[in-house]
Amino acid sequence: MSQLLQQIINGLSLGSIYALIALGYTMVYGILKLINFAHGEVFMVGAYTGYYAAGVLGIDAIERQGHSFPLYLALIVLLAAMAVAALLGVAIEFFAYRPVRSAPRLTPLITAIGVSLFLQNAGMLLFSPNPQRYPAILKEVRFEFFGVIVTNVKLTIFGVALALMLGLHLLVQKTWTGRAMRALSFNIDAAKLMGIDTNRVIRSTFAIGSALAAAGGILFGLDQITINPLMGVLTGLKAFVAAVLGGIGSIPGAVVGGLLIGLAEQLTAGYLSPEYRDAITFVILILILVLKPEGLLGVVRVEKV
Amino acid sequence: MTRAALRTAVACAVLAVIYLLGMALEAGLTDYVQRIALLAGINVILAVGLNLINGTTGQFSIGHAGFMAVGAYGAAFVGVQIAPALHAAIHVDALANALTFNVALVAGAILAGFCGFLVGIPSLRLRGDYLAVVTLGFGEIIRILFNNAKFLGAATGYFGNDPSGLPTYTSFFWVYAWAALIVVLVHNLTFSQTGRSLIAIREDEIAAEAMATPTTRLKVIAFAFSAATAGIAGGLFAHMQAGVRPEDFRFEKSIDMIVMIIVGGLGSISGAILGGIFVAVTLELMRDLQQYRLVLYAVLLVVIMLVRPQGLLGTRELHHLLRKRPKSGKATGAA
Repeated sequence: MSQLLQQIINGLSLGSIYALIALGYTMVYGILKLINFAHGEVFMVGAYTGYYAAGVLGIDAIERQGHSFPLYLALIVLLAAMAVAALLGVAIEFFAYRPVRSAPRLTPLITAIGVSLFLQNAGMLLFSPNPQRYPAILKEVRFEFFGVIVTNVKLTIFGVALALMLGLHLLVQKTWTGRAMRALSFNIDAAKLMGIDTNRVIRSTFAIGSALAAAGGILFGLDQITINPLMGVLTGLKAFVAAVLGGIGSIPGAVVGGLLIGLAEQLTAGYLSPEYRDAITFVILILILVLKPEGLLGVVRVEKV
Repeated sequence: MTRAALRTAVACAVLAVIYLLGMALEAGLTDYVQRIALLAGINVILAVGLNLINGTTGQFSIGHAGFMAVGAYGAAFVGVQIAPALHAAIHVDALANALTFNVALVAGAILAGFCGFLVGIPSLRLRGDYLAVVTLGFGEIIRILFNNAKFLGAATGYFGNDPSGLPTYTSFFWVYAWAALIVVLVHNLTFSQTGRSLIAIREDEIAAEAMATPTTRLKVIAFAFSAATAGIAGGLFAHMQAGVRPEDFRFEKSIDMIVMIIVGGLGSISGAILGGIFVAVTLELMRDLQQYRLVLYAVLLVVIMLVRPQGLLGTRELHHLLRKRPKSGKATGAA
């Protein structure tokens, strides 16, 4: 019983990271009908920005003295990573996706694969291909309830992810930009005719999605201890599956899908075998494509000529 | 002469030319150049096969290295299993080897095609970009499976029972004979009624369906066939390297294949052939610059998409370009 609870807690914290990344996939797909393959790499760059930002803020010295990293500095690290990733996302959109936006669907897809590949390999050249130990932005404190170990890191991951998702929800539902985003995902041409500056809204979508992915990157570093330039490939893929599971284009769907994928992965690792933890995601993908391709919370959309 | 007899004669002549060329090359070229020539032939098979699904049908597979791996492991394993029996039955060594090799290749292709069928059914019912994600996942999973499969040598790879590795059956003749066969098959398929339906799916899937084209069935068939050709290439590759290792079939390999067909022109068979040769040569030229290769490929992909998304040839074939355009005066004169 306590083992099951332990796996569920670990699964929810991992799943909330997937959910953060999945939001970016689902927002972009909702508007542009494009699988943004480079999103996993934005997540990776976010994690590395956090790594270097913590270094600049002198985390090594603080760790050596045995102190814990002050909370306001941790917040600065998080914001810096989110800002850099947002800029990167906007730059990718401007230089790579905008010129091919009206081209046949395969063209942006190949462009996205190219950008993703470029960032992976540029990352290997810039950051070195070796895994790096992630700085302890948050000093781990363990609590134990009835044999279940809960760390403050897991709680923070869950809390930060939840706060960001709540923020996104408010942004999409209550602000002008959010309403414009929903209009674009409903019908981009009609939105343009209503006087919405579509370029601006798409730019904001990329900025917001990328910033969320960067936050996911830092939380991932805290959770998994090491980062490497290829970390975005598999994690990005899992997050995409999470978006498909929840219903691509649906924001609550991405959150539900992310949490479910995280849970499924932890339970597989705990009860079947750790070797299959990566495979289970794709089993879920195949099952959802066969049984309910619109996803759990997605709406069926009739394709029209 | 009947058409069938004419075709047989042409086929025999092509095979004879390949055989003689192979003899000449094996005598005249260094091992290094021969290896590039073999790799170029294998790339041509990969590119022409992948082009059928990515170019002609407009669906996008980015995990074809997975099917190549299935073909490579399948052919290697089957070859090792059947070789003793065939050698016992046929006493001419060369004949027994040739038979073993081709049976093994076909077995690998069937396995790869079956995997393509399984992967294709769920993903091809939906829009093309789902296939990209599913194939990407498949490529990764298949590599993890081979990495853990004890009876196939796990992470060290499969080298058969002989300490010197798999027999190196792959020769210039077999590579180019298979390449020629696959080019002809894909060409005939593309320019048949089925091929027209595949192009219709690429151009507008909804319209094609409205014209009573069985889109899902055709997509799955094209995909399984494409996977089977990758399996043949894998089998040839395995018997060239004298062994198969899981790391030969990483995601980079799928990217190499995509570069081949994009450089040449999505949807053009001659473009795919050129692209296959291009990648074999650039890979060798850039051997010392390994870590920059994928950066360059990535930039190449993005730049081609931005500047000339149809690739070098577009959907045209090389012989369309070489054929002289009829002069306009002639047409009016005839009228």
